[in-house]
Amino acid sequence: MRLAILTDIHANREAFSAVLADMADRQIDRIVFLGDFVGYGPDPGWCLDKAMDLVAAGAMAVRGNHDRAVGLADGTLNANARKVIDWTVDRLTVPQKMFLSGLPLVIEDGDLLFTHASANSPDDWIYVTNEQKARPSFLVSKARLIVVGHVHRPQLYSCDRSGRVAGHQVPIGHPLPLLGSRRWLAVVGSVGQPRDGSSLAGYAILDKSTNELTFRRVGYDSATTARKVRAAGLPEALAMRLIRGE
Amino acid sequence: MQQVKPHPGLEIDGFTLGQQLHKGGFATIWEVTHPLYRTAMVMKVPTILDGDDGPTIVGFEVEQMILPRLTGPHVPRVMGVGDFDVMPYVVTERIPGRSLLHDFASAPLPVSDVIEMAARMAAAVHDIHRQHVIHLDLKPDNFLQRESGEMVLVDYGLSRHDQLPDLLAEEFTIPMGTFPYIAPEQYLRQRGDLRSDLYALGAMIYELATGRKPFGDPEKLSQVRKRLWQDPMPPRGLRPDVPEWLQEIILRALEVDPARRYQSAAQMIFDLTHPQQVRLTERSHRLKPDGFWVVWRRKRVMRRVKSLGTPIATSSQIDRAPILLVAVDLAPEMEALSSRLFQSVKRMLTIQPDARVACVNVIKTARIGIDQTIDEYGNNLHVVRLVALKGWAEGIDLTDDRLTYTILENPDPASAVLDHALAVQADHIMMGARGHSTTRRFLGSVSARVVAEAHCSVTVIRLPERPEDQPSAG
Repeated sequence: MRLAILTDIHANREAFSAVLADMADRQIDRIVFLGDFVGYGPDPGWCLDKAMDLVAAGAMAVRGNHDRAVGLADGTLNANARKVIDWTVDRLTVPQKMFLSGLPLVIEDGDLLFTHASANSPDDWIYVTNEQKARPSFLVSKARLIVVGHVHRPQLYSCDRSGRVAGHQVPIGHPLPLLGSRRWLAVVGSVGQPRDGSSLAGYAILDKSTNELTFRRVGYDSATTARKVRAAGLPEALAMRLIRGE
Repeated sequence: MQQVKPHPGLEIDGFTLGQQLHKGGFATIWEVTHPLYRTAMVMKVPTILDGDDGPTIVGFEVEQMILPRLTGPHVPRVMGVGDFDVMPYVVTERIPGRSLLHDFASAPLPVSDVIEMAARMAAAVHDIHRQHVIHLDLKPDNFLQRESGEMVLVDYGLSRHDQLPDLLAEEFTIPMGTFPYIAPEQYLRQRGDLRSDLYALGAMIYELATGRKPFGDPEKLSQVRKRLWQDPMPPRGLRPDVPEWLQEIILRALEVDPARRYQSAAQMIFDLTHPQQVRLTERSHRLKPDGFWVVWRRKRVMRRVKSLGTPIATSSQIDRAPILLVAVDLAPEMEALSSRLFQSVKRMLTIQPDARVACVNVIKTARIGIDQTIDEYGNNLHVVRLVALKGWAEGIDLTDDRLTYTILENPDPASAVLDHALAVQADHIMMGARGHSTTRRFLGSVSARVVAEAHCSVTVIRLPERPEDQPSAG
């Protein structure tokens, strides 16, 4: 059983389709979306329709903070993010909004836990960026593997048998064996707005039979997406960061 | 925590334990049988003390992670791995021969035996390096021998796999290796240099040739530090019949600065098997260690050194910047090959830092008829390829004017590459070659034609294929 894990698509059609194309030849049995389908990017409608089709065909999906902000006067988003969400709301259909509002915060699948930000207080949208921020997730969940997004930077943490949490380097493109002697927390990189200095779209593949996780990066036409961001009159900073990957 | 303790007669996951073969500081080794395997096998069980026994556990986790990824004659084949919740273990084939400890006990050995044994040891080390693993705890006890003569490397508890997270990176209580053999950079807690293994090989060959360890038998870590400035007694000072070329090999491997050692085990094997081609330097003539004042001056410098990270020096600069044409196959099944090609290009750029790199990818068009230029998501195929090619090249650290991308469209990929190489006046073509197949045998391969017809050098990158990589019945 091989799962493709996609998160933080952020209405980036070019990145989303590049990732789907990359998955096509990699024997994926099921897709998991970790939320933030919309926000920041210029193609919310197309991305949502594609995701809704995939969910109808068996994909799992949880809700992210940008998805929740649709139709809410939410003060927690930064100014640029809020601006894009307001722009997005006017462009979504009723079924698309219903899809977003119907998504769960957390999905538990056997010994796996999927959520957008963190296993502890999943609706507080905590950024897991270091070992201290990862530790509470291990405390509240018994899952062997917790998979989150939200940070837009691929990361990997483990919790050993004495409860010590350690961060690990994340080699791209090589399967990492998730040793049974530890529990793991993977932060999957963003499909539609990478922020780790590489503009390549990120996603991950979890092979449940070999218990291996592979972080992948895929090239996509970020110049086109940036052009669309500008054409839609969205903040320039959002176009630039796609090209720079920051 | 661990629920079961090993004992004779214990049955676990189908394995039945026989007698205990060895009891070491961190693990016990047991003879085991399994109804599905006829091969003789051993089980290694870590001795986990009650409470927090971090170092033993992490070391065993590292071994559980790395060992199953290694293949070939120089590593023991893994049959099973145990769950930490019940009883952690690794079951491997049993290597019948004794460890080298036995041979080291009778050192000094005749020079011919030293060379022969050293070459076999280096071959085993090269094999695991080729598979991305640095052993970092090479010592006679960790070399076993097959009846067919190959050395088998065991005990990967301190090893480093360059594509896997280093679970030991932050473990400061972990022993950093075996004191008589560890390289100075290991003392400085650097775990990423394969040349550390070559240092250990040098120390072992020294011992085989002279009957003495180059730095004695330090018991405390602080005594290890001395090898940052104190050179060992040259082998010929202990045993005059050690040939100069062998001393050259040993002392080169034992250089403090990794950049001055052999850069790969393969280079070392070459020298061991071609004594007449070993270039003798001042090292080969030494008969005693450096004098007091030389060592004292070195100590003043070296005791402040925090790391031995050194760039590879280019002794000969090329008078004009060469143009390197890299033909990249972006098909998903060629991923391993294209990533190897990427590594080779990077390596080429360390040798030729002034090179310009022209990346090309060929879209094979139909000879007759209309080509599809749009993919299923409505993207222009040319743009998609260009973007993918740039994605492949990310990490090649060159300014834009020295790194170019071109997508060629041609029904004949070999012609496309050849024509383009002429057009850009390439000095060197680098490309991957797909594996062997019947079709290719009859139709000929792209790389074969480029090699045959190119006007310049061509490097063809292949994924290594070896008969022993084939799965065997068992």
